[in-house]
Amino acid sequence: MAKKPEELTWKDLSIGVVVTEAGNADQYKTGDWRSQRPIMDLGKCTKCGLCYVYCPEGCMEENEEGYFEPNYFYCKGCGICAAECPRTVITMVEEKEE
Amino acid sequence: MAKKEGIEVAIAVAEAAKLAKVDVVAAYPITPQSHIAEHLAALVANGELDATYVPVESEHSAMSTCLGSSATGARTFTATSGQGLELMHEVVYVASSMRLPIVMPVCNRALSAPLSVWGDHSDVMSVRDTGWIQIFTENGQESVDNVICGFRMGEDPRVVLPVMIHLDGFHLSHMIEPITYPDQAKVDEFLPPYKHPSPLNIEDPVSMGCFGPPFIYTEAKKAQEVNLEASKKVILEVWKEFGEKFGRNYSPVEKYCSDGAKTLLLTMGSYSETAMAAIDEMRAEGKDVGLIRIRLWRPFPFDEFRDAVKDADILVVLDRALSYGGPAPVCSEVKAALYAEPKRPKVASFVAGLGGRHITVDGFKHIVNRGEEIAQKGSDTEFEMYGVRE
Repeated sequence: MAKKPEELTWKDLSIGVVVTEAGNADQYKTGDWRSQRPIMDLGKCTKCGLCYVYCPEGCMEENEEGYFEPNYFYCKGCGICAAECPRTVITMVEEKEE
Repeated sequence: MAKKEGIEVAIAVAEAAKLAKVDVVAAYPITPQSHIAEHLAALVANGELDATYVPVESEHSAMSTCLGSSATGARTFTATSGQGLELMHEVVYVASSMRLPIVMPVCNRALSAPLSVWGDHSDVMSVRDTGWIQIFTENGQESVDNVICGFRMGEDPRVVLPVMIHLDGFHLSHMIEPITYPDQAKVDEFLPPYKHPSPLNIEDPVSMGCFGPPFIYTEAKKAQEVNLEASKKVILEVWKEFGEKFGRNYSPVEKYCSDGAKTLLLTMGSYSETAMAAIDEMRAEGKDVGLIRIRLWRPFPFDEFRDAVKDADILVVLDRALSYGGPAPVCSEVKAALYAEPKRPKVASFVAGLGGRHITVDGFKHIVNRGEEIAQKGSDTEFEMYGVRE
């Protein structure tokens, strides 16, 4: 579809706003709900993966070096990863206007 | 051949669903609707109707089942009344928003408390804003005909909306009336098989009733509103075609001796027939009165209504429901529809016929006379309740 979802007019919508494309919930940016952002100090990280396990959004992703980092497109800034990290790798900082 | 027989209206309404060849019925019995659900259950159990009957545990489940059924492309029917309509309330909105052309007769009943199984329009007014096409019928024949028309209207690809057929509990649902059943072959011609534009289908999956964040909700609601407004054109077409095929005609605003009458009474539902008898007597006594009845409640027929009252000096509006602390619901809509008109009648508002209370011919005459008095001298209250013991 040429238009972004935010550009659709009421005339563009399907009858009953039926979604005909499968799996498109991943296009929905939930990251803009965030008021605090998790920042990683990877120097202290042991790659234990607890942040990955506890993240309720499933948005911690393992990078090529085996470290886990949040995907800010989805991360809602709940801070559970920071609370659970046994080595205080993760700090929550105030989200600022980009 | 079309046959005519004396039969209870609720049973006849169930027979109309059979004539419409419904695929799925999900309903829960509630007085005064029960005979519709029970008769359909019997028709399915006896093999007279090839449909699935889902004996749900509540009205909330009834309407939820209807959503799923209609979404697969099955012609879906339910019926309810009063408290049952209240119990399914949140799902009633979903049917119209998801654009599922379910047809549901509602045997209009008062709401508790005190507990009342008898008729009025309290339940109707609670679902006024649910986005369904809503049609009022005044007798059994109209109820039968409009169940069939309802499927045709709702399933039209330009509409795709659910339809409520309002018939007064007991005063209509439990009357034995002469009914002419439309001929099955002609009904089949009139009502082609239902085809949902994008049904649930495992070969071609879709998702319905998804999350609608603020960036899209307003657009979704605008589309729904425009669609319901635009459905009036199709509703008129369907009634016209029905009239040509079956010889019975329906209009959004029905008139009785109203052309040129200086005082008009406005009613909805089966009490209109008593009102007609009152109009006959008053006209015989030389009074210049007529009657209009709102048949199409949603979408509200603004043009037809304004045209019907354009020459009247006084409009006397009967409501069979209260909006506690506010104006009587039908009258408030009528007044709003007239506000911008350069010439408009004076409006007198009455509430009566609550919880099955009768309004007799003399009662209607009293309401009209008192309405004329209010129009001339004014009233201290927004509306008057007729028939209440002081």
